[in-house]
Amino acid sequence: MPDITREEVAHLADLARIDLSDAELDHLAPQLAVILDSIKSISEVAADDIPPTSHPMPLTNVFREDVRRPGLTAEEALAGAPEVQQQRFAVPRILGEE
Amino acid sequence: MTAAPALMSFEEALERFDPVMGLEVHVELNTVTKMFCGCPTEFGAEPNTQVCPTCLGLPGAMPVVNEKGVESAIRIGLALNCSIAPWCRFARKNYFYPDMPKNFQTSQYDEPIAFDGWTEVEVEGETFRVEIERAHMEEDTGKSLHVGTSGRIHGADYSLVDYNRAGIPLIEIVTKPIVGTGDKAPLVAKAYVAHLRELLLGLGVSDVRMEQGSLRCDVNLSLKPAGEERFGTRTETKNVNSLRSVERAVRYEIGRQSARLADGQSIVQETRHWHEDTGITTSGREKSDAEDYRYFPEPDLVPIAPDEAWVEELRATLPEPPREHRARLQKEWGFSDLEMRDTVGAGALLLVEQTVAAGATPATARKWWLSDMARRANERGVDLADLEVSPADVARVQALVDEGKINDKLARQVFDGVLAGEGTPDEVVAARGLAVVSDEGALSEAVDRAIAANPEVADKIRDGKVAAAGALIGAVMKEMRGQADAARVRELILEKLS
Amino acid sequence: MSDLVRRTASELADALSAGETTSVELTEAYLDRIAAVDGDVHAFLQVDAEGALAQAGASDERRAAGRAAGPLDGVPVAVKDVLTTKGLPTTCGSRILEGWVPPYDATAVTRLREAGLPILGKTNMDEFAMGSSTEHSAYGPTRNPWDLDRIPGGSGGGSAAAVAAFEAPLAIGTDTGGSIRQPGAVTGTVGVKPTYGGVSRYGLVALANSLDQAGPVTRTILDSALLHEVIGGHDPLDSTSIDQPVPPLVEAARRGAAGDMKGLRVGVVKELTGEGYQPGVQTRFDESVQLLVDAGAEVVEVSCPNFVHALAAYYLILPSEASSNLAKFDAMRYGLRVYPEGVEDPNAEEVMRATRDAGFGDEVKRRIILGTYALSSGYYDAYYGQAQKVRTLISRDFAAAFESADVLVSPTAPTTAFKLGEKLDDPVAMYLNDIATIPANLAGVPGLSLPSGLADEDGLPTGFQILAPAMADDRLYLVGAALEAALLDRWGAPLLDKAPALAGEARKEAVR
Repeated sequence: MPDITREEVAHLADLARIDLSDAELDHLAPQLAVILDSIKSISEVAADDIPPTSHPMPLTNVFREDVRRPGLTAEEALAGAPEVQQQRFAVPRILGEE
Repeated sequence: MTAAPALMSFEEALERFDPVMGLEVHVELNTVTKMFCGCPTEFGAEPNTQVCPTCLGLPGAMPVVNEKGVESAIRIGLALNCSIAPWCRFARKNYFYPDMPKNFQTSQYDEPIAFDGWTEVEVEGETFRVEIERAHMEEDTGKSLHVGTSGRIHGADYSLVDYNRAGIPLIEIVTKPIVGTGDKAPLVAKAYVAHLRELLLGLGVSDVRMEQGSLRCDVNLSLKPAGEERFGTRTETKNVNSLRSVERAVRYEIGRQSARLADGQSIVQETRHWHEDTGITTSGREKSDAEDYRYFPEPDLVPIAPDEAWVEELRATLPEPPREHRARLQKEWGFSDLEMRDTVGAGALLLVEQTVAAGATPATARKWWLSDMARRANERGVDLADLEVSPADVARVQALVDEGKINDKLARQVFDGVLAGEGTPDEVVAARGLAVVSDEGALSEAVDRAIAANPEVADKIRDGKVAAAGALIGAVMKEMRGQADAARVRELILEKLS
Repeated sequence: MSDLVRRTASELADALSAGETTSVELTEAYLDRIAAVDGDVHAFLQVDAEGALAQAGASDERRAAGRAAGPLDGVPVAVKDVLTTKGLPTTCGSRILEGWVPPYDATAVTRLREAGLPILGKTNMDEFAMGSSTEHSAYGPTRNPWDLDRIPGGSGGGSAAAVAAFEAPLAIGTDTGGSIRQPGAVTGTVGVKPTYGGVSRYGLVALANSLDQAGPVTRTILDSALLHEVIGGHDPLDSTSIDQPVPPLVEAARRGAAGDMKGLRVGVVKELTGEGYQPGVQTRFDESVQLLVDAGAEVVEVSCPNFVHALAAYYLILPSEASSNLAKFDAMRYGLRVYPEGVEDPNAEEVMRATRDAGFGDEVKRRIILGTYALSSGYYDAYYGQAQKVRTLISRDFAAAFESADVLVSPTAPTTAFKLGEKLDDPVAMYLNDIATIPANLAGVPGLSLPSGLADEDGLPTGFQILAPAMADDRLYLVGAALEAALLDRWGAPLLDKAPALAGEARKEAVR
């Protein structure tokens, strides 16, 4: 199991959109390495034929009917917004397409 | 922006390379409510008025699957001859973007509800089989309005986000690589999307309006040296918003990629953006290989396990398969093979069907759509289906002609008016005063005036040279501004001069 | 201190029924108590005196009209700040949600309101429920009423401390790896984690969706049963909730209190006792097992060999799910927005990053990074994928164990309350607090902790954990009630009577 490097932590922080300071990176990386070390045994435990559990209860096919339910008013929806304009959430400029 | 790159000619490109295409189509379903909550899906509501804790992604909110969405997904899969998964799950596709309320999209990853299907498209008499990789369920994002100097994102100062659209059900349909199309590649791509539209309309699961975004197409294209096995590097082109764009984008990418390859350059695996106005693609982000979506099964939802009984029940609701449907229509309409092919090729099959249903004969329906309407669509640079004239309008106009209220020439003016937004055919006829004058008295007077003004012509007619009546008819029609029944005018002239 | 606040919820319910007190009087008494001691305990992040009194008044009116909404109508309750409460700030113990007022109630909260329980306020917790000591709250720790220099457990230290300090007769907590049970153990209170899906998670800000459950935090087994029956049951808004009626928990608690455990097979889980468990904790546990034997139960030793991997599986599954759940906190729609320093005209991404760095604490960041790692392409199979398989093995261990035992038992936590600050710099040491509670969350089976006495070496509370098969929550109450009765008999008075008086209380007495 590879040890987790400071660079990897920086990359992960990037994926997770958290701006870690150098001090934080220095602090976190060794802690994460220790944690990972303590849990790495997991990769050898289960044989290939063991199915994974994503839900403790074996429920399937839980649906709702295609019928309206009351929602929020625009006011309620926007109440917590850091910034509102024209009844929309005002967000800083977005880079990139799509 | 740098100048558009040099392109290789289409013909040369196809001599040297085989195009391989992959088409990803997103269909917005027409369910009453969203995929995971009970908010309405109506188009055009005031911003952020069709939201709830779930589709807004508020902390603590949870999704519940819309049964109708699953039903539609299964029916789409069946219509595409797919296998329906006996058991599948939703998965989270994790990435950050302000129009995504949870910063993950609830989608399906390695367990799509439908997979391994196929469908057939016809291009210029040749049938191509398109293999379908999968069809899966996912949800739409919110919409951002960019506030800045240009309308697009680059150069914006900030954005305003409306989450009404967030959570609307989407079905993503992905083809397997489409090979062996040769120089018909652009047409096959277009025909495939047109065909999908038809299927989806037949199923009644979406209104598939490309210009409104309820049908979106991403075009993947790569080239491989002619005859070789290994696929080349592909690009993905987005913002392909009409059938025309599909064809043009494929054609353009073939030209662009082949020029690069011939020049010894490599193809960058990336997402590109189609520009309908300039007819080129430009580079966007580096493609998703760099993006790690960290898929895992959605823990707030339980697996979907459609049993055989349900699937068969849904199979029974499918409309007639396309091939049988066309064969039946051709027989009913009495079209020749060529006429049928032309109709399909023009993307007018459904339009003709609907026009016939509205009361016109198949022949007149075909006539209008394939000539006049096709020309108008071309002039405007839009798909036939996006022309703002409905089958009902066409049937009505033909009915007015049949009734003698207007003639063919006036009919064209009526269509001008309808397209200009002046109203229904009847309203346009009234507003513009286009009705053929049926008042015999007025007509008779006009004929008298024409005769009086053209004595030599009148003499010729008296002498038996009936053909000369044409000039008088012309004069009458001119005076009547075309609003006369030419045949009746001729009758009157001959009566008066016999 | 008013005598009222020391009574159990069921006693208070009886008193209300009998007209001996009113909900307003009760609520005022608890508000007074909070005012007196919470400055020291810091169990509450938010006290809604106005709202609670209004709800209490409404309850009294209902009762006067003969329309009491249920057995607990008028009995006040505190709610862990991870459940949304409409109109009341809900922070999840984090800066990133400071001041956020939800526009909707969690279903569990709706059920409390419909049952007529006035909501006193929101209790403190480890940030986003990540922790075992409540030291990771962005708003300062809660202190254990038994010793204010010690932790009250976590992540639901606030709810447990509030109940232990008589600031509320009832509280709601949530349990992902022990966050109800472990605080219960170290504060001398009762805490229950229902079967997964037994209580709706709609409005429960998700930590690990496949592990989280809301449950009762109380001073007695009967109180927990009463509260559990209020909040439990199917919710169409939660696709993972169990579509079956809540089993008769109160009835089971009353039956158990009679003390007859004949025919009951009690399984002691080999992997959950012995080494790693503080001697005093072990001693009290062994004694409690003996009490059950004295009541007629049969003890069997069971082995659940895969339990040794439970901690590892948990600390892979939880961060993975959490990393995705917490992505929504991005400064765009609600919560904190921080602009990066020294950046002119920052874009959305930059604001997201700066906000998340400023708004999340260290433990949250640790787990988000861990989770992002475990789900990464290339690592999924080895980590998250494997952890989900280990989960299957653990469920199988439980299933096998429940063939030879009706309930499984263990000490709830390996130690008594440690000192504030003691384990803060050692995440792994902190994680070990949950070693006995985690298996139940992984398998989805219900678990209960009740006080089993004070450890000899430090005089601090220890907890006894009971686990039952999925959907057999009533068994927890049956056995728990029996043990509780036997212990009460031995002690002569409730354990909490031994808790030291709190300074504020003394101050108030002095003032009078």
